[in-house]
Amino acid sequence: VNAASKVVSMHDAIAGLVHDGDTVAIEGFTHLISFAAGHEIIRQRRRDLTLARMTPDLVYDQLVAAGCASKLVFSWLGNPGVGSLHAIRRAIEATPPELALEEYSHFGMVCRYTAGAMNLPFFPLRSYTDTDLPKANPLIRPIASPYGDETLYAVPPLRPDVTIIHAQRADAVGNAQVWGLLGCQKEAAFAAERVIVVVEELVEEAVIRADPNRTIVPGLIVNAVVVEPFGAHPSYAQGHYDRDNAFYLEWDRISRDQASLAAWLDEWVYGVSDRAGYIAKLGASRLAALRPAPAPAPPVDYGEYR
Amino acid sequence: MTTPSGAWSASEMMIVAAARELAGRRVCFVGVGLPNICVNLARRTVAPELELVYEAGVFGAQPARLPLSIGDPTIVTRATAVTSMFELFGYYLQGGLVDVGFLGAAQIDRQANINTTVIGDYAAPKTRLPGSGGACEIALNAKQVFVIMRQSKRSFVEQLDFRTSVGERVAVVVTDLAIFHRLDGELRLDHLHPGVTLEQATAAMGWSPAVARELSETPAPTAEELRLIRQELDPAGVYTK
Repeated sequence: VNAASKVVSMHDAIAGLVHDGDTVAIEGFTHLISFAAGHEIIRQRRRDLTLARMTPDLVYDQLVAAGCASKLVFSWLGNPGVGSLHAIRRAIEATPPELALEEYSHFGMVCRYTAGAMNLPFFPLRSYTDTDLPKANPLIRPIASPYGDETLYAVPPLRPDVTIIHAQRADAVGNAQVWGLLGCQKEAAFAAERVIVVVEELVEEAVIRADPNRTIVPGLIVNAVVVEPFGAHPSYAQGHYDRDNAFYLEWDRISRDQASLAAWLDEWVYGVSDRAGYIAKLGASRLAALRPAPAPAPPVDYGEYR
Repeated sequence: MTTPSGAWSASEMMIVAAARELAGRRVCFVGVGLPNICVNLARRTVAPELELVYEAGVFGAQPARLPLSIGDPTIVTRATAVTSMFELFGYYLQGGLVDVGFLGAAQIDRQANINTTVIGDYAAPKTRLPGSGGACEIALNAKQVFVIMRQSKRSFVEQLDFRTSVGERVAVVVTDLAIFHRLDGELRLDHLHPGVTLEQATAAMGWSPAVARELSETPAPTAEELRLIRQELDPAGVYTK
């Protein structure tokens, strides 16, 4: 056993690192969304969270429906490829609205995490000019270039109390490797006070060191490592399993009605004690159907230099 | 809606017409929804050299299936490059490498400004829409913007409820009825799809548009274009219903 191991159960990771009132970022752009962490936050009944994510996706629709959130920081609010996020829409369209919003564009959110990661007071970008977004969100502000006549826009740093990312693999101290879409997980992790890495597979340190270009987050900034195979379901993990699109379509029906949504949470989140229970309930055949045919990359040679 | 001949749907005509606009283009940033099928049709027809850029962080995608969303794993496998979103938006888009940004829209006005944020008041919305995503920065940083959307009095409006993306770089708007180009800061009706009358097209919009002196008919979909859509790209009819 590695004395420095940060491997803990999801229960202990959430209990120790996610507190009521925190700003939480579960990042991963369509790919590698930690539903396992989202469900555990719901089970532990966290309240008054500010949820940050470029695309809230089903995971935040579920957290909002479960009453965990008071505010949403985001850039695109939909069920990708399907339609609306109905629980979040109900909260926003209620009179008065039941969820505070802080809205950006995708690049604005990426720049916010980047500023947070780089310890900068703002990040400049060529977005927002002549749009209504700065009116809707006064934290998006015009800024004069110090080197010319141009006016750009600036966004403030986003520093989550805790960022949770899902990765294909990590070692016991949290050196995490990802392939496929990278989203803004690296920026969101470096910007955060605390980091939880959830993985498909726990590997030896030597596996990480054999392919260092693939490491997106070093164990240096990681507080906890949780091993949850299929922990990103119904989103996907490149090379491991496809998005469960049938569920994304089904969620449209489930979430249109508060009662059917509550029944779903009762059955699939509160009704299981952990992720292993959810996976067992899904069943092996449903998961097997999501497995892609292999398309491996040939190895590269880093060379031995002594 | 089907055409008088019934040989193709209005959505199929729209997708085909929009795909053809990509002829000769090199680098296209693919927006959410309908643009997804248009660019994949274009790559199989008029623009085989088209480099598909997906905001999820992919340059040179070669999707083997029609992506279910713009974050589908099929855009990664056999792509030229997978990047962080910082790099994609920063180096590729804001760096000026994107020829065409291809967007959908909920509302558009006569200057081709776009709303994808909200119907009604922002603080007390009647209908909350997805918001900008990358659209706001695509509209400002792609060299040209193409828009594809279904046309109605509710979508072609005199006054947007919210301006998510600016119309300044919009070159063409393709609908299920017609094709508009942006000239002198305003959309002009240039082509009607087969079987569509000028009255039908102008009735389905909230302002009275400039109309080309020589209004022409969009060439009908070819058998090959229809085969690609129906058999390869969208056999389930997700986009073409």
